Formats: sequence, structure tokens, C-alpha cells
Amino acid sequence: MSVDVGTPKAGTSPGAGRGRTRRRADWGRYYTWAVLAWLFAPIIFMIVFSFNDPAGRHNITWQGFTLKWYQNAFAHAELNEAMFNSVTIALLTMVIAGVLGTLLGMALGRFGFRGKQLTNLVMFAAISAPEVVLGAALLSTFLMMNVTTGYWTTVIAHVMFCVSFVAITVRARVITLDPRLEEAARDLGAGPWTTFRLVTLPMLFPGIMAGGMLAFALSIDDYIITSFVSGDVTTFPLWIWGATRVGIPPQVNVMGTLLFSVGLILAVVNIVMARRRRRG
Amino acid sequence: MNNRKTTPYALVLPAWVWLALFFVVPIGGMLSLSLTTGNVVTGFQQTFEVGNYATAVSSYWEQILRSLFYGGCATLVCIAVGYPVAYWIAFRGGENKSTYLLLILLPFFVSFVLRTISWRFFLSDNGMLLGTLKDIGLLPEGLTVLNSAPAVILGLAYNFVPFMILPIYAVLERMDPHMVEAAHDLYSDRIRAFTKVILPVSLPGVFAGVLMTFIPTSADYVNASVLGGAYNTMVGNVIRTEYLVNNDYPIAASITFVLMGLLLIGIFSYARALGTEKVMEVHA
Repeated sequence: MSVDVGTPKAGTSPGAGRGRTRRRADWGRYYTWAVLAWLFAPIIFMIVFSFNDPAGRHNITWQGFTLKWYQNAFAHAELNEAMFNSVTIALLTMVIAGVLGTLLGMALGRFGFRGKQLTNLVMFAAISAPEVVLGAALLSTFLMMNVTTGYWTTVIAHVMFCVSFVAITVRARVITLDPRLEEAARDLGAGPWTTFRLVTLPMLFPGIMAGGMLAFALSIDDYIITSFVSGDVTTFPLWIWGATRVGIPPQVNVMGTLLFSVGLILAVVNIVMARRRRRG
Repeated sequence: MNNRKTTPYALVLPAWVWLALFFVVPIGGMLSLSLTTGNVVTGFQQTFEVGNYATAVSSYWEQILRSLFYGGCATLVCIAVGYPVAYWIAFRGGENKSTYLLLILLPFFVSFVLRTISWRFFLSDNGMLLGTLKDIGLLPEGLTVLNSAPAVILGLAYNFVPFMILPIYAVLERMDPHMVEAAHDLYSDRIRAFTKVILPVSLPGVFAGVLMTFIPTSADYVNASVLGGAYNTMVGNVIRTEYLVNNDYPIAASITFVLMGLLLIGIFSYARALGTEKVMEVHA
């Protein structure tokens, strides 16, 4: 198994810098993997039981291998509708929160302006406020203004809690940009819009993408806020919640597995691209 | 030059409007709702009924205290589980640091509700884990894990431990390894180097992690509903039931404000004791 040989490589790890050769079990590694196993246990359970052929309505004990749930992945009309709602709400959130958050992040990263402190405070509050409070506050206001809750109130709520996350992600990127590149563009005769389009935006793009994907992930996963403001509209997490009493169909495991696979593929692509970039 | 001055305001305006309309105003709206009297049939009248708060607290103090207790326990579990992982990835992760971080975030690709329900199935009396161990004879036949306080606390810790790992990792990763070398050069052993050098440096990360786990765990109701059964309900369950089932909005809004107030008092005293900048800086 893995043994931590403390080769004296400068800057790799503080313990290794002492140049003393150590040969002992790396308990930290085992511990980290044990925690990872804990984190992945319910996911592995979900994936395994997407191939299960349960006897009754409860997909809890292993009965036998089958692929029929993948063949009939879209057999539940209500589940499909919930999934469709989840995906479209997440896409809308990604676009709206992406645009608003990018503009906000650029302003915070580049300019000093009146109300900057207050903006930071409101963003901090929106991020750290518990979801129950955000959901309850929005529902209270919708109730008092006689707004019927549904699809669009859900989009409004999702954009509200995602916009600060996008702004922080974009701001982090803006701060690392070299302002001289934009100066160079201006010196070469580019107007402010051209400079933005051809120089600033491409350099900000990784940050905007990361922020947008974060918004998508937060939106599609949200349960608590959505449960307050969605009215009669059902999303994927809400549908699962409603189905627990009568037994969750294996199709839920299939959809969960498919979503997870998409995430996994994106993550792997991301790692490979980052490695390639590092090697030049 | 006028153009340059107005640019930042043009940039922040859309987000400002959105956050004002759908975050700041609703908090005020909820405050106003918490002071009304009436019911769904007759409507709610603004009577500045402060008594709603007394009713809310006297009816639900048990759930409030339980929430703070469960949240506190889950936060401690997150520190115990998360700190060593963050430490190991930051100092020993080597070239694979980003891969390990990704593995920690990967579970988020599965819906929070689905993961929690998965635990319920995984831990059910005759499910994959307990059923198997009982069949081998490692566990007594009558053992139940679900519907208990530890099940809720472990569920909460499970769902929020990445929020503890990431900020601690962030500060340890930025730490200058020479500081630890210096400690060793000055003859401190591994334990003293940790308590005197590494731990103080990492504390802002722990503070941020505590905020990011304690607030959502103490206000959560998904874990209590799915893993806790009928006797471990938290204040989140109460808020949800009052709003969506009983439609007793004034009480629902009051109890939400009580929760918010308690958390704010907690955050402010916490920030005062430790310095606001530290907390906000790592958080952002």
C-alpha cells in the first residue's frame, strides 16, 4: 500500500522539508479515503439500486439485476414533468443569475463606488441566511401581495439566492486580471465596447462559466426554498419527497444516476483540460 | 469622465434591484406578517400583535432548543471529520489536491433530498447495511438506527461536511510551509508545531466553516423529517408545517424571526469575539 516516503522536496509539504526519511503508514490518507467512502455511500447505494428488480413498491432490499428501469426511464409522466421543470428552472437561473452576477462581480472587482460595503453585506447575508428564512420571507411577501406561487416565483427565488455566488466567483476572476491588457487594447485604438468584447470578456469567461454552472447546480438541487415558493409546480427534489410515502420508483435512481454521470463527466473533462493547460 | 463614474452603478443596478425586491423587502414583509392577526378565511389584519412571538416561543421552545443542539453537534462532527481531511489534502495531497477537492464536491451532483433518502434506505432496519450485519450476527436483531437523534445529527453532518472542509483547506493551502519548518528548527515536536503554528493559522478557516455548517444545519428540516421520525422535529419542520400545512402565517413568520434573531445574535457575538474581518474574508 501507499507509504509516505519523506523525500526532501522543497515546498511540497512542511513535514517533508526536514529531509528526514520516514517510512510509516500514511494514516491521513486512509482517513481521507474513509471520509470519501462515507460521502459516497448513499450515492453508490442509489446507483446499485437503479439496477435492482424490487419485489414490492419499496426499492430497499436487493432482489436481482435488471436494466428495465433504464429502458423505462421515462415511464412516469409526473416524474418527467418534474425533471423538465427542474432542468428548465436551472437553465433560466443559470442565465439570469449568470448575467446579473457577472455584472455585479465586475463592479465589485474593479470599481470603488458608494454602497459597495452595503452590497457586500447584503450578499453575505443572502449567502449565509438559512434557506428556511429565505423561503419563508419570499412566501410571506407573495402571500401579502396576493401573488400566486408557481413556476416563475421559483425562478425568482432561485436567481435571488444564486446571484451572490456568481458575483463572488466572477469577482475572484476579475481581481486576477492584468489591467495592462485592457490598456494595451485601448492604446491600439479599441473603444470601450470592443475592449470589453474582445479582451475582458474572453478573459472573464472561465469565471463566468464556473459561476453559471454553480448557479445551475444550486438551482437543480434546491429543495427547501423551492418547497415554499413553488405552489403547485413540482420539481425533481419535490417529486422525490412526495413519493417517499408511497415508495420511490427505481426511475428516480436512474435519473439520479444519469445526473451524477453528467456531473462526473464534466468534472473529468475539467480536470483533463486543467492538466493540459498546466503542461502548456 | 462622467461615463466612468456611472459605469459601476449601471453594472450593479440589476442585481441590486433583484436582491432588494426579492431578499431585503421580503424580510420586511415577513416582519410585517409576523405582527398580524387573523386566519386564512377572514384574512390577516395588521394589528402589531407582538404576542405572536410569545405564542411562538412558548409553543415551540423545545424544537428551537433541539435545533440549536443538533446544529451544534453536527458542527462538532463536521470539525472532527473535516479538519484532518482538509489538513491532509492541503499538506499531503501533492499533485492530486484538486482531484481530492473535486471528489469532496462530487456528491453535490446528486440531489440533497435524494442523498438523504438514500441514507434512510441504507440504514433501514433490514436494509443493506443493518440487515446484512444482523444476518451475520454482528448486530442484535432488534437494533434500530433510524428515527433517533444520532441519525439526524449524522445526516446533517453528512450533508454539510464539505462546507467545513473547503474553508479550512483554503487557509491551510495558503499557509507558508516555511513557518512549520521554522517551528521544527526551533525544536518543537510535531504536536507543538501543530498547536502553536498550524492551528492558529487555520482558525479563521474553522470559524468560516462553523458559520457555513451551523447556520444551515440548525435551520434544516429535511434530515429531521427523513431520518428523525416524529419525535426529533426541528424548528425548520415547525416553520414548514405552520406555513404550508396549518397556514397560520403570523405564528410561522414569528417563529422564523425568532430563529433568525437567535442565529444573528450567535453570528454577531461570534464575530465580535473573533474579529469580523476574519469571518467575512474567508467566507467570501
